[in-house]
Amino acid sequence: MIEIEGITKTFGEGASAFTALDDVSITIQSNEFFTLLGPSGCGKTTLLRTIAGFLDPTRGKLALDGEDLLSRPPYQRPVNTVFQSYALFPHMTVAENIAFGLEMLKKPKAQIKATVDEMLDLVQMAPMADRKTAQISGGQQQRVALARALAPRPKVLLLDEPLSALDFKLRKEMQLELKRLQHETGITFVFVTHDQEEALTMSDRIAVMNLGTIRQIGGPRDIYDHPAERFVADFIGDTNFLQAELLDTTGEAARIRLGSGAETTARAAPGGPGAGGQVTVAVRPEHAAITGAGGALLPGTLQEVVYFGTDTHYHVDLDCGGRFVVRVQNQPGHMQPREVGARVGIDFAAGIGQVLKD
Amino acid sequence: MTDLSTIRSRRETRDRWLLLTPALVILTLAAMGPLLIVVIYSFLTPGDYGGVEWQFSWTSWFNVVAERDFFTEELKLADAHLTVLWRSVKLSLLTVILSFLVGFPTAYFIATRPAHKRDMWMLLIMIPFWTNLLIRTFAIMQLIRNHGTINMILLGLGIVDEPVQMLYTEFSLLVGMTYVYLPLMILPVYASMERLDFNLVEAGYDLYATRFQVLRRVIFPLVKPGVVAGSILVFVPCLGAYVTPRVLGGGKQLMLGNLIDLQFGQLRNWPLGAALSLTLLAVVMVALVFYVRAIGREGESDV
Ligand SMILES: Nc1ncnc2c1ncn2[C@@H]1O[C@H](COP(=O)(O)OP(=O)(O)OP(=O)(O)O)[C@@H](O)[C@H]1O
Ligand SMILES: [Mg+2]
Repeated sequence: MIEIEGITKTFGEGASAFTALDDVSITIQSNEFFTLLGPSGCGKTTLLRTIAGFLDPTRGKLALDGEDLLSRPPYQRPVNTVFQSYALFPHMTVAENIAFGLEMLKKPKAQIKATVDEMLDLVQMAPMADRKTAQISGGQQQRVALARALAPRPKVLLLDEPLSALDFKLRKEMQLELKRLQHETGITFVFVTHDQEEALTMSDRIAVMNLGTIRQIGGPRDIYDHPAERFVADFIGDTNFLQAELLDTTGEAARIRLGSGAETTARAAPGGPGAGGQVTVAVRPEHAAITGAGGALLPGTLQEVVYFGTDTHYHVDLDCGGRFVVRVQNQPGHMQPREVGARVGIDFAAGIGQVLKD
Repeated sequence: MTDLSTIRSRRETRDRWLLLTPALVILTLAAMGPLLIVVIYSFLTPGDYGGVEWQFSWTSWFNVVAERDFFTEELKLADAHLTVLWRSVKLSLLTVILSFLVGFPTAYFIATRPAHKRDMWMLLIMIPFWTNLLIRTFAIMQLIRNHGTINMILLGLGIVDEPVQMLYTEFSLLVGMTYVYLPLMILPVYASMERLDFNLVEAGYDLYATRFQVLRRVIFPLVKPGVVAGSILVFVPCLGAYVTPRVLGGGKQLMLGNLIDLQFGQLRNWPLGAALSLTLLAVVMVALVFYVRAIGREGESDV
């Protein structure tokens, strides 16, 4: 279990000081696939480097299984990194790279050899064991970097956008492979990415970061279906934002009145306002349905229909202002031909919308 | 048809040679010529007042390593020459080692500074290098002579009762040459250090290597080409050093360069001087071949 508590990192001093991490607190469970997701420059690498020991935080605590990590240099932390640039040693062969960590730990020769062979098999690189790292492809380098970091059996593996340099197909393959490895080895993975789809498919839990702060932590479904605030809703997937009046809140259900005057319930924002005032409600395009104008929650005029193969996007200008996109999955023989300019309505079930904190 | 093309190609060949002529002339005169003269002189007889007499003789080559006793005509090794030769090789090697020990951390220090400060550090390293060699050597002399800065401080602090004799010893030569040729080590080492991907250093730490292990297993192998270049750049001029041993050795600690100078000057034995010069050249070449071979073999096993 990794306990990150109030970690703050400020680069520089005085007027040019820049806070890359601002009071970050996360608890990562053992054997969890935990993802840090956020836009470029939000501090993901900085947090990873702090855990690895390459950076000293300005403030905060860091513990692994109850033991303080900050007092230990990187070479005494049972934590290994798969670097964004792989950072394979160019003067060593694939096998020598994988053996490096074990040699530094002064493991017996026979054990090193056995582990290296095992790792080579695991990442399917055995035929290239004696090649220099410059003589293998990008995807292969990535697998060697993974094997090198896994070989010493760390408690935690840090992966800094390890898949970003790969093409789409290889990337998909490696995603599955990473999941398999994590499952087989039982090691805690802390995975950094700015690709939301990658984060959603691979993670047990995700921390969404922005400007050095944690915006929301939760499972993929949680984060996707119930974003806590506008930034998260916007960053992950497509979202429609609706202005609404918050009438009252009971438990998780918030009664809201939409701009059209219709009333419905949505999920309340955790820690948000209880009643009164204007709020923003997020509705995913695929969670809404397009119907006739009569009796719908939000009547409007169809402005655009975009066909995407698997689904169709309907862009509707709402009578109460703003635009709403509905995504409908295409099913053969089940088409609802709608003309641009037609009067339509938008409906979504009670509890589907999510009230945002901001 | 055939004739025409042969003539043309012949003319082309001739034109090419014509165009190459200036370069060839310069190469022959400036590079090969003097060397050839030295080779020829080494096989001639010394003139009475310097110069040479055009009479073939093996004597000077023989005299490089051996001498005939003046009275008994007995053959024995030329101790003086061998001492000087041994001292030159030894001091040059020690200088290489010392300048590596000083230069490597210096280069590392500079390479790890923020990019915009590195040039300033390099400039500080280079400024002494651009100063006249003689002046720098005299500056070292001022530092280490009996009434020089270091001894004055030692005496003043009561650490020693009388000045420590540093000048005119092999130690003074070592210090002087290391100081003089240090930039030649720092420059190439820094150049390869600057190209080093410091992610690799972090990867080393990440994989449980201590600072020393990272240095030995990651940094050093990757900057080795720079170290090799620096070693050669320091070794070669050291072996032929003239000014430094002259000033700091005070005529007692001769090196090959001084010995050669003696033959052409006071001792008026030009052929021996020529033979010694060629010996120096041979030592340099043998050393380089060995060095490059050793490094090359290691490189091959790496691949
Ligand atoms: N050594 C440093 N000195 C000053 N600022 C730094 C330093 N390292 C990082 N930063 C700043 O801290 C912020 C966070 O950087 P970080 O590398 O953690 O971003 P990231 O989330 O990993 O981004 P990316 O997705 O582009 O890799 C950036 O604005 C960066 O400019
Ligand atoms: Mg990054």
